[in-house]
Amino acid sequence: MMQETKQITDKDIQSLVGNLLRAGVYISMAIVILGGIIFLFDHGSEKIDYAVFDINKVSLKTVAAIFEEVITFKGVAIVQFGLLMLIFTPIARVIMAVVSFFIEKDYLYVLIGLIVLSIIMISLSGGFAH
Amino acid sequence: MSVLIFTIIVLLGAFLAGFLGSLTGLGGGVIIIPLLTLGLGVDIHYAIGASIISVIATSTGSAAAYVKEGLTNMRIGMFLEIATTVGAILGAVIAVYLNAAYVAVIFGCILIFSSMMTLRKKVDHTTLDYSSKGAKFFKLNGSYPNQGVETPYAVKNVAGGFFMMLFAGTLSGLLGIGSGALKVIAMDNIMRLPFKVSTTTSNFMMGVTAAASAVVYLHRGQIDPGIAMPVCIGVLIGATVGAKVLVKAKTDKLKIVFAVVVTILAIQMIYKGLSGGF
Repeated sequence: MMQETKQITDKDIQSLVGNLLRAGVYISMAIVILGGIIFLFDHGSEKIDYAVFDINKVSLKTVAAIFEEVITFKGVAIVQFGLLMLIFTPIARVIMAVVSFFIEKDYLYVLIGLIVLSIIMISLSGGFAH
Repeated sequence: MSVLIFTIIVLLGAFLAGFLGSLTGLGGGVIIIPLLTLGLGVDIHYAIGASIISVIATSTGSAAAYVKEGLTNMRIGMFLEIATTVGAILGAVIAVYLNAAYVAVIFGCILIFSSMMTLRKKVDHTTLDYSSKGAKFFKLNGSYPNQGVETPYAVKNVAGGFFMMLFAGTLSGLLGIGSGALKVIAMDNIMRLPFKVSTTTSNFMMGVTAAASAVVYLHRGQIDPGIAMPVCIGVLIGATVGAKVLVKAKTDKLKIVFAVVVTILAIQMIYKGLSGGF
């Protein structure tokens, strides 16, 4: 009986995780395409400049900066916002997995999930970039 | 070249990379980087930043389908993600200090290795030997639907698999690729998982691994929206179409032709790296 309940929970989690991943990709891609169109309208005729990497060329480098700029409705900012949403999708998946392992009372995997999350969070705070 | 022309060329190239990458099992990332650097003269730092974004898009898209089918072992995925995310950040940080020429040479070597891996005959290493203490402690043993029958499998050598994943994660972060070939070695050969479980679980982990290094690249300014936009759209659409065609197509000959093309690209990357072209 216990075995059966556990299996149903696992299947439910799998279906939920699958839906979240798909929705995340579709939504972020839609945002990227929208931003891309605006970007091409504004800058399509300019010359490209990608031959030498310049650390200061891209101005939208932090989560805070991207959120601040996206309301200006500039193409670059919307694209960068969409890319950020895409980066967040697998991270959100880990958060969901932690919650569902918690509901299943599998505390070992709650801990493992939290370790993975904290590794990414430390990186997200910019600690490793310099 | 104007931004519009560049966007269209990259979009088409990325579509092709995603399409062929999914047909051959090589992944889109390893093809888009030579295309951008050798073909369009884009700095390798930008190419890697754009590629890692496309890795997130394609792996997350296909992981959605696999997870629903119950093929993915989510516990193995989560457990090994500790190794791959630490590795990915390590790799992305190393990339900051490493000369672009070295990155190009390492990339070329991994490219040759990965294309050889797609040609190799798959040998089933699965086992029902439940003696591994690590597998028991971390609850990694599982079962998967194999031709309609729920088939159990046991996991071996957890520590070995974990270290191999640390290495795979480091290369993923360093080069901006999914490093699926290495992940599958860790799971098939070392941990003895069935193919269906190892490929889908590897795909499941790829998104989180790539997200960890993408964050470092974002902070570094390596993710340029002008390049990342056409790359991720093109690769994702190409990979989606590729996955649909894959069900019907015979890919044996294509794999050989493609391995040859990729090896030539790899040699060019190595040559350009060694001769100071980066």
